[in-house]
Amino acid sequence: MHLNQGIVPEDYRAYLDRKVRWILLGLILAFVFFILAISVGAVAIPPLDVVQSLLGISSSDKWDRIVWNVRLPQAIAAVVAGIGLAIAGVAMQSILRNPIASPFTLGISSAGAFGAAVSVIVLGTGTMQSTVASPVAISNPYVTTVVAFIFCMIATGIILAISHIKGASPEVMVLTGVALSSLFSAGVMFLQYFSNDAQLAAVVFWTFGDVGRATWDMLPLMVVVVGAGTLYFIANRWNYNAIDAGDETALGLGVNVTWVRLAGMTVAAVISAVIVALLGVIGFVGLVCPHMVRRLVGDDQRYLIPGTAIAGAVLLLASDTVARIIVAPYILPVAVLTAFLGAPVFIYLLFRGYKR
Amino acid sequence: MTKMLTVNELKFMYRNRDVLQQIGFSIEQGQVIAVLGPNGVGKTTLLKCLNRILKPREGTVMLDDENLLDLDTMDIARRVGYVPQRVETGRLTAFDAVLLGRRPHIGWDVVARDLAIVDAVFRKLGMEALRLSYIDEMSGGELQKVAIARALVQEPRILLLDEPTSNLDLKNQVDILTNIREVVRDHGIAAIMTMHDLNQALRFADTFIFIKNGRVHVHGSHDIVTPSVIEDVYGLPVMIGELGGVRCVIPGACKTT
Repeated sequence: MHLNQGIVPEDYRAYLDRKVRWILLGLILAFVFFILAISVGAVAIPPLDVVQSLLGISSSDKWDRIVWNVRLPQAIAAVVAGIGLAIAGVAMQSILRNPIASPFTLGISSAGAFGAAVSVIVLGTGTMQSTVASPVAISNPYVTTVVAFIFCMIATGIILAISHIKGASPEVMVLTGVALSSLFSAGVMFLQYFSNDAQLAAVVFWTFGDVGRATWDMLPLMVVVVGAGTLYFIANRWNYNAIDAGDETALGLGVNVTWVRLAGMTVAAVISAVIVALLGVIGFVGLVCPHMVRRLVGDDQRYLIPGTAIAGAVLLLASDTVARIIVAPYILPVAVLTAFLGAPVFIYLLFRGYKR
Repeated sequence: MTKMLTVNELKFMYRNRDVLQQIGFSIEQGQVIAVLGPNGVGKTTLLKCLNRILKPREGTVMLDDENLLDLDTMDIARRVGYVPQRVETGRLTAFDAVLLGRRPHIGWDVVARDLAIVDAVFRKLGMEALRLSYIDEMSGGELQKVAIARALVQEPRILLLDEPTSNLDLKNQVDILTNIREVVRDHGIAAIMTMHDLNQALRFADTFIFIKNGRVHVHGSHDIVTPSVIEDVYGLPVMIGELGGVRCVIPGACKTT
């Protein structure tokens, strides 16, 4: 065909520039919240001193210690977990073509909670301590994390295996996930019914997702998994756009829909499993961030995936910051705040409709 | 004219049931073929077998000297454009939705040539005003044009269209089919479309394939479209007349005339 007489339309370029501006605004917001998250807490550190400490030119050893030993790993964990949960959500919603798909609704989080319950109650890794900051502790967090991860992957394996047998249809994946979520939730209740007070408290404590558990040791794993996953999803953005247009359209465009769907689910599940196993159950981020960003940049995955990643980081950083000051000196688990902050914004955006 | 696409002995089975058997036909450059037959005879299945969305059990689909069934799915998509019956909507502009048709040609990201080709197709189909309209706010006719434009930016040699005018009003039907007719002639490609409206098929197609029980019942140009063939295939008596120089099929009327 002779179709080379076209030009790149100016109005289309201007339209894309508007999307890029939203993403840049999100990046600025993420940077501001990153500094604020390190600045705010039981010991307030002025934002300028935070920046100086991060650049290695701070004059205060005390603030350096707080920033580098406590606040920075927590803030990085919030960024990485926010990105990871949000892109897992946007990928699941796209490849399953279901707006309520997320690591939480597909049972992966429930499987992690069940794994933690097995670890604490059956393997005896939970104890009770009496400190203000942490009344309950997991005596062997490594075992708990590994067992939680194993159960997340078992749930993922079951979803993928059943989907593979049934032709990787989105409906089968979503319904299997919902069934597994109920099954693992029932399993947690069953174990809790036979547990003692200390074990019960430890399981409940674990299920409160919290970036405060993050240490420098666990960050490399999170960064590598979330970083590789993000790159994978960005590389597949055109395939997800094609699947959004319908399976038959995608197949007609040469996309191997079954493979893209199974591989995407696997990557999203591994990201979710790592985050849930290390930080506990943090709901809402994966569900709501993609919808928030859709209202600003539309459904085009070229902008939706990076925009959602940034929104996830901002939501978790903001939630973590507010969690540390809202009932100080007590620190709320971040999972409580993600819903408290995200739900009103989400409902507002739903009412407001799409940004043109 | 030289044969562009030749289908030989195509066979497709679904759960041990023969859906298509010994399908064979050919199409020339610049031609539009209408695939006709009652619901459920395998018209859509035939289209999906041609670009390997479904894998035929036997047979070949030769495009020039290549058997499409031996090619990678991306390679097929560079040669064959497909417009499915159902077009999904989302929060995308028409330009982005059509740009998606460049997927088989895109490496890491789109380049200026991809955008220019999309722009050219919008001009060709007279859709410039729809460029930045969101497809989830479009009418059925506009959406169908977007789907056809998406297939055209694939720069295909063959266009497969599954009931391109279903659910469209009369004006949109004529607009869409006129567009397809023009694009096929202007760009030296060929189109195969499944249809239910025999009158539109008679007006816009060059050759016809009637499918019955998964086999090609009759294949040929306008002269094969006769009351007896239509009654054989659809089980319905019809009368074929001429109105303003155009042949038309009137269902159920021939018993008394």
